[in-house]
Amino acid sequence: MKPLRVSLAEKRFGDTTALAGVSLELEAGELLALLGPNGAGKTTLVRAIAGRVRLDAGRIELGGRLAEERGARDVLGVVPQDIALYGMLTPRENLELFGRLHGLGGTALSDAVGWALGWTGLEDRSRELVKTFSGGMKRRLNIAAGVLHRPRIVLLDEPTVGVDPQSRERIYEMLTELRREGASLLLTTHQLDEAESRCDRVVIIDHGTVVGAGTLSELVGRLFGGRRTVVLTLDRAPEMPLPGLELEPGERTARAMLGDAVDELPALLGRVRAAGFEVEDLALHRPGLGAVFLALTGRELRE
Amino acid sequence: MIGTIMKTSLLHLRRDRVVQALTFLLPIAFFSIFALVFGGRGTSGSEVRVDVGVVDEDGSAVSTRLLAALEKEKGLEVSRTVKVREAQEPLDRERARALVQAGRLDIAVVAPKGFGAAFPGFFPGAPEVEILADPSNPIAAQMVVGLLQKVGMTALPDLLARRGMEAFERYAGVLTPGQRAAVDQWLQHLQAGAVAAPRGDAQPEPMGSGLVRTKVVDVIRERAPRTGIIAFYAAGVGVMFLLFMASGAGGALLEEAEAGTLERLLTSRLGMGRLLLAKWVFLTLLGFAQVTVMFVWGALVFGLDLWGHLGGFVVMTAVTAAAASGFGLVLATLCRSRQQLGGLSTIVILIMSAVGGSMFPRFLMSETMQKAGLLTFNGWALDGYLKVFWRNAPTLDLWPQVLVLSALAAGFMLAARLLARRWEAA
Repeated sequence: MKPLRVSLAEKRFGDTTALAGVSLELEAGELLALLGPNGAGKTTLVRAIAGRVRLDAGRIELGGRLAEERGARDVLGVVPQDIALYGMLTPRENLELFGRLHGLGGTALSDAVGWALGWTGLEDRSRELVKTFSGGMKRRLNIAAGVLHRPRIVLLDEPTVGVDPQSRERIYEMLTELRREGASLLLTTHQLDEAESRCDRVVIIDHGTVVGAGTLSELVGRLFGGRRTVVLTLDRAPEMPLPGLELEPGERTARAMLGDAVDELPALLGRVRAAGFEVEDLALHRPGLGAVFLALTGRELRE
Repeated sequence: MIGTIMKTSLLHLRRDRVVQALTFLLPIAFFSIFALVFGGRGTSGSEVRVDVGVVDEDGSAVSTRLLAALEKEKGLEVSRTVKVREAQEPLDRERARALVQAGRLDIAVVAPKGFGAAFPGFFPGAPEVEILADPSNPIAAQMVVGLLQKVGMTALPDLLARRGMEAFERYAGVLTPGQRAAVDQWLQHLQAGAVAAPRGDAQPEPMGSGLVRTKVVDVIRERAPRTGIIAFYAAGVGVMFLLFMASGAGGALLEEAEAGTLERLLTSRLGMGRLLLAKWVFLTLLGFAQVTVMFVWGALVFGLDLWGHLGGFVVMTAVTAAAASGFGLVLATLCRSRQQLGGLSTIVILIMSAVGGSMFPRFLMSETMQKAGLLTFNGWALDGYLKVFWRNAPTLDLWPQVLVLSALAAGFMLAARLLARRWEAA
């Protein structure tokens, strides 16, 4: 049984179609990245799963139960993009509040709060007001407040936005710990490198539909086969176009996509030399998530 | 440079409707309200009307004519009977006193035995007309005393002259037959003129004061000497600040929506209904504490008799705080931002406080404005507090105020719940 299954989700806001039949599945214990350009429908989908948006059509199942069923969403933890904490309360008071609202009480609550303070590394600051914390500390506490009741499925909306690399690393360590304990995670992010290096699978949506889903290898294989990108550094910036190469104006770098690098590379290097240039450096890359995203959506993620 | 900064300021002003309203509409609204409260006495529809009970213990021709003339005065609504068990019975001194104490009459006039025989009251020891007054309405007492002097001169000129001549004869000697005939003819003329005088329009010639000897009796203070105008101000200021507190604290909901904590609360097991209920209960308790602190201060520092009216105070404060909290939540759920809430609540609360009597007693306003005051939250709340602290009314007598304020609390909560739907699942 899949922890989360979204089938043919549709949602319109007036004349705008936010979701036009999105389907996706979250596997047990996996970390799934949900990617898409701005306005693609990511937030609407996450809010629909969280119960904050009513679908016009389609269904959402959580642990095999329809999400609308009473108590079905109890297995869900939601970590919003905003720092949704009370600045005038201490971390302990915030955690106790959200723990109670998720049904915890008594020893279970104090145990959960103790765990969360340790998990976030905020034990020493547990009696200070949250408004005095750094951005990274608030982010960690923001995540803890959403997972305090130890949900089986965690939705994270941009959990690392605006934090320094050190805090980001700490946040991913925390997420890894959650996965180890059996939670399945769905996160939205604009950080392609994070999605590429940290997530098991990615789902890319655009214009309210899924345009690609799978592991990075599967997506690259599907879109680019065995093709590789070659990046050449020349001795000087070319002033005229070079056949078969993409150039950056004024730059010494030149790129080309090769179907079979072993066969095609010698001919390419020969053409460069014939044009009067020397190759100072050469790198061969498998296309990454950026290339996949661009190929599927026609846009850079940041656009 | 200066022009650029001014243009930017103008663009901000053009796009901020709340600031526009505060800048232009609020002064106009306040000017209009105060003009209506203080200046609305020129037209007949908005005149101050004083309800007067009249008791004629003397039953003489003088008292009958005097009180009948008083009845014709504009601005007085005179009653001589009271409804007792479905039957109209004549007012007597005790009934009139009780009606003034209960606030059902603004004032009562009692002509005592022997008043007519001693009229005009030129001589010491003459019986005085008693004015049974509620000191919360000083205008009514001054108005009735003044009108009594006026009708004393305009309704009884023949009697004044006759008694004047009698006094003259007693101290200066008897008139000759010729003088007597001339005086009799003049007296007849005076009496005819008094009867023919049109309603309320007679212009008395100045003859000094004190023709009708009067004694103003404070029927409120004689029962509760320690309560006074302090009770009115405690209630008026208390209710106004209760509304400010409730709308300000209700605004926490908007902050939560902006900060994202509301989103988080709504993804928990807590629904919007329970969230609003929790906030309403908290605001009601906070409001109760706020008003209690103020009244305790009033009791300790200004001698307000809180302990003697504790039951009524608790009932009124509970329903007032409940309704004010509901009102604060309606404003908070109606507004889109904290700034909007600040502007709107300032306008609405100050207008309600002015019309409802928090700043200026409603009983001193024109009748139209007094009725308009009942459309406001403050009007009902203040009526209740005045019943408790001013009129010493038993707690059970507060039922109209309790009913209306409870209904308002329920209505406000329903409205807030409906308005809060915008934050629920889209």
